[in-house]
Amino acid sequence: MGILENKFQDNIIVAKLDQILSWARSTSPWYFQFGLACCAIEMMATAASRHDLERIGMMPRSSPRQADVMIVAGTVTMKMALRVKKLYEQMADPKYVIAMGSCATSGGPYTPHGYHVLKGVDLIIPVDVYIPGCPPRPESLIEGLIKLQEKIRHERPLTRKNVS
Amino acid sequence: MNVDVAKKLTEVFPGCLVEQDEFPETHIQLQPDQWSKIASYLKETEELSFDSCMCITGVDFGEEDDLESRYNLHSMKHNHKIEVRISANRKKPIIPTVSHVWQIANWFEREVFDMFGIKFKGHPDLRRMLLPEDWVGYPLRKDYVGPDSYHGIIIPKVKEVWE
Ligand code: SF4
Repeated sequence: MGILENKFQDNIIVAKLDQILSWARSTSPWYFQFGLACCAIEMMATAASRHDLERIGMMPRSSPRQADVMIVAGTVTMKMALRVKKLYEQMADPKYVIAMGSCATSGGPYTPHGYHVLKGVDLIIPVDVYIPGCPPRPESLIEGLIKLQEKIRHERPLTRKNVS
Repeated sequence: MNVDVAKKLTEVFPGCLVEQDEFPETHIQLQPDQWSKIASYLKETEELSFDSCMCITGVDFGEEDDLESRYNLHSMKHNHKIEVRISANRKKPIIPTVSHVWQIANWFEREVFDMFGIKFKGHPDLRRMLLPEDWVGYPLRKDYVGPDSYHGIIIPKVKEVWE
């Protein structure tokens, strides 16, 4: 706390509840860690000490129940596609998906002849941010995650929509 | 080594080789019927001792042609190796299993079955290895055409242009 310590009396912050909620959500989106192929190595590198994802509030969870963001890092095979879908359904709302690498966005090097590869995760689950690259560098992944945080920050979950 | 072993096999198992003018240097082309017995013979005979099955490969020679299964055998004891080839009819590809001779052949044969559809007769557990169990067709065959959808997931042949 340093310079802020012992400087104030009891405080009140006035803000929109919506804003505070989205701000809180956006600064700690825990991600669901599972790697499917080579891209997973970059994701691990991003989470490790050099790039350190935890400084932007993201930490890996191993269970879909505890995760907010699913980073699909790698080639999604047809066999895995059914499981990815199931895992997405097991995540609690609000949930977000990041398609990392060209495999997850479009099938990548396996388009159009890879008989066993899903041609983009957006065919089975909704994707929020696409990160191109084969594999994307940790910097690109972080940029994508910050984009996602921006997106979450601009959400207004409590505001009623379609007022007629 | 291939030639020596081929000569020996003709003595012990007459008619086990596919008729050829001369024994090729690179491989031994066998008939499928006695393969199980020959495999045990190759492993157990003292001066051959092929105790290691290094690899089993499937080959497809084209839509009109046969399938083939290739075995790379190696002897730790004598440090020599051979390649055995057995072809199988495309319509009815059946080859006897050797999984009881070399344990590793169990998984190799499952993989060849998965990709080429060669049925290994007598295999204890001939299921698909890599693809999902309900997959249709054998993808490494030349005449394979991929499915249009899998469990309701569309498999686009060409992805539409991004907007
Ligand atoms: S996009 Fe490239 S690096 Fe990433 S999983 Fe696909 S092939 Fe591997």
